[in-house]
Amino acid sequence: MLNEGGGPWGGGGSGGGPGGSGGGGGDDGFGPRNPWSQPPRKRPNGGQPPFGPSALDELFRRGKERFGGGGGGGGRWEAPGGYPIWIWGIGALLVLWLLLTSIHRIQPSERGVVMRLGSYAGMLTPGMSLTFPSPIDKVTMLNVDDIRVHEIGSTSEQSQNLMLTGDQNLVDLAYSVRWNIRDPQLYLLELADPDSTVTQVAESAMRAEIARVSLTNAIGPQRSEIEVRVARRMQEILNSYQTGVAIQGVAIKQADPPAAVIDAFKEVSAAQQTAQTYINQARAYAQQLSAKAQGEAAAFDRVYAEYRLAPEVTRRRMYYETMEEVLAKTNKTIIEAPGVQSYLPLQELKRSAPKVTGPAQ
Amino acid sequence: MSMTRNPIPWILGLIALVIILSSVFAVVPETKQALIVRLGNPHVIVNPYKPNQVFGQTGAGVVMRIPFVDTIVWIDKRVLNFDMQRQPVLSTDQLRLEVDAYARYRIIDPLRMYVSAGSESRVGEALRPILGSALRNELGKRPFAALLSPERGQVMDNIQTELNRVAKQYGAEIVDVRIKRADLPDGTPLESAFQRMRTARQQEALTLRAQGMQKAQVIRADADADASRIYAASFGKDPDFYEFYRAMQSYRRTFGVDGQESTGESTVIMSPENEYLRAFRGRP
Repeated sequence: MLNEGGGPWGGGGSGGGPGGSGGGGGDDGFGPRNPWSQPPRKRPNGGQPPFGPSALDELFRRGKERFGGGGGGGGRWEAPGGYPIWIWGIGALLVLWLLLTSIHRIQPSERGVVMRLGSYAGMLTPGMSLTFPSPIDKVTMLNVDDIRVHEIGSTSEQSQNLMLTGDQNLVDLAYSVRWNIRDPQLYLLELADPDSTVTQVAESAMRAEIARVSLTNAIGPQRSEIEVRVARRMQEILNSYQTGVAIQGVAIKQADPPAAVIDAFKEVSAAQQTAQTYINQARAYAQQLSAKAQGEAAAFDRVYAEYRLAPEVTRRRMYYETMEEVLAKTNKTIIEAPGVQSYLPLQELKRSAPKVTGPAQ
Repeated sequence: MSMTRNPIPWILGLIALVIILSSVFAVVPETKQALIVRLGNPHVIVNPYKPNQVFGQTGAGVVMRIPFVDTIVWIDKRVLNFDMQRQPVLSTDQLRLEVDAYARYRIIDPLRMYVSAGSESRVGEALRPILGSALRNELGKRPFAALLSPERGQVMDNIQTELNRVAKQYGAEIVDVRIKRADLPDGTPLESAFQRMRTARQQEALTLRAQGMQKAQVIRADADADASRIYAASFGKDPDFYEFYRAMQSYRRTFGVDGQESTGESTVIMSPENEYLRAFRGRP
């Protein structure tokens, strides 16, 4: 609509030289601006009815008539010779500037802080808002939903961000802080440099927390607790500065021993494995032994139960069965006379084929 | 009418008006304090800092001045920051630590600040060495272990008090002092810390292995004891029969007839008096 209005209006301006018709064109062009313009605006405004028959022209006319009461005195601007083009040019710029600086469209995630002649004059909430034009009101838009992330330290191999832990060890830490603006007014007006303040507070809070835990806790089990405690501590400090910043969270991305000592840490886990191996082996032995003992005991119990029924016979039977088996597989030499053992060629006996020597009575 | 025909004087007039207005009126924003200096003498302070003031009800706004007579010195009203350069700090047990700190401050007395320092940044510069020495003094009274978490206790309070005393002379107020980093210096201290960590881990590794071994031994001994108990419970019912039973088992094993591998071949030289050969000789 602005362009549509500007077109004929510009045409009217250029045709301003010839006479009253130029003024009429200007009026037509001016019509569409009325709905937006501010009443105090002192605009030249002709009282001539439009000559265009179209519905749009009719609309413009009506609008103009409504406005006509205030602009009644404008008739004197309609002198022959019309308005030079520069007046229209300046007028257009003024209107454009008024529109652009007094109407504000605030997105749902945004807030607009209005400063009226330097003094805080309120906050614009989402939607369309009207303020005084620019030199009087200045509006600063801030996105309050946007989560900003500050990375501190890095996970890469080259750089290390070493911190001292409570047990005087060092830990290589990389973490990020997520925050957003909670109070645009404070964020804008209270601190000279709120963004770097957040980073500095994060570093300070993280070191203070890390200095309270041991290395093993920092690396492993207490990471999430540390994150929570750092976030809480940061929020406390930032509140005490009145930054208007809300900490959404702290995330530890890396908490490792320094690269210089990582081998020693690996040795520890290797030792853990070794120790576990020893224990596993011992358990295997224990199970074997226990099974063997139980098996042997059970076997003995069964045999003993039999033996108790007929002790003498069982004993004899077992003796002969065993001796039978044993002696069946061995070389046997039976010596009749006492005292000859020392003369026996033992080596030969060993080599000789199995046979029974001696008197077999 | 004349404006449309001869615009030049109008435009010049307008420009002149703007220049005059802008030299007479000045806008003091919420973030600044304005010190109006009349002919070199501080005249009035506009929008000075007062604690717990609500924005919108401060002195911010339009202020008038006499052109060419009044000059305005702008002084930040917000909380400002200065960082301290790294300071080596020596603990009472002669260990070195490198400390980074920052302080937040605010100009609460613009006039004094203007007279004594001239600008906010020069206040920061003036306070920086003071913070350094206050830090060294306070931390130097403590053992290394206490330096690691100096947030606790009196340390930071003492430093802030000391710094505030000096800051007051510059019309500033210290909002907060904090240690940002406290690191071991590069070189020997860092290396020896690494060495200590390494040896601690090696010791841990050895301990773990030894503990593993010890546990394994206990498990084996327990198993042996357990087996003995089982044997005793079973065999103890008849030691005499056990003697015989075990002997039989032993013979089978020794002479390789129980199915297991045995080494060497055996030759038995027996006397006819042998128990086994009792019947052999025809005796009952």
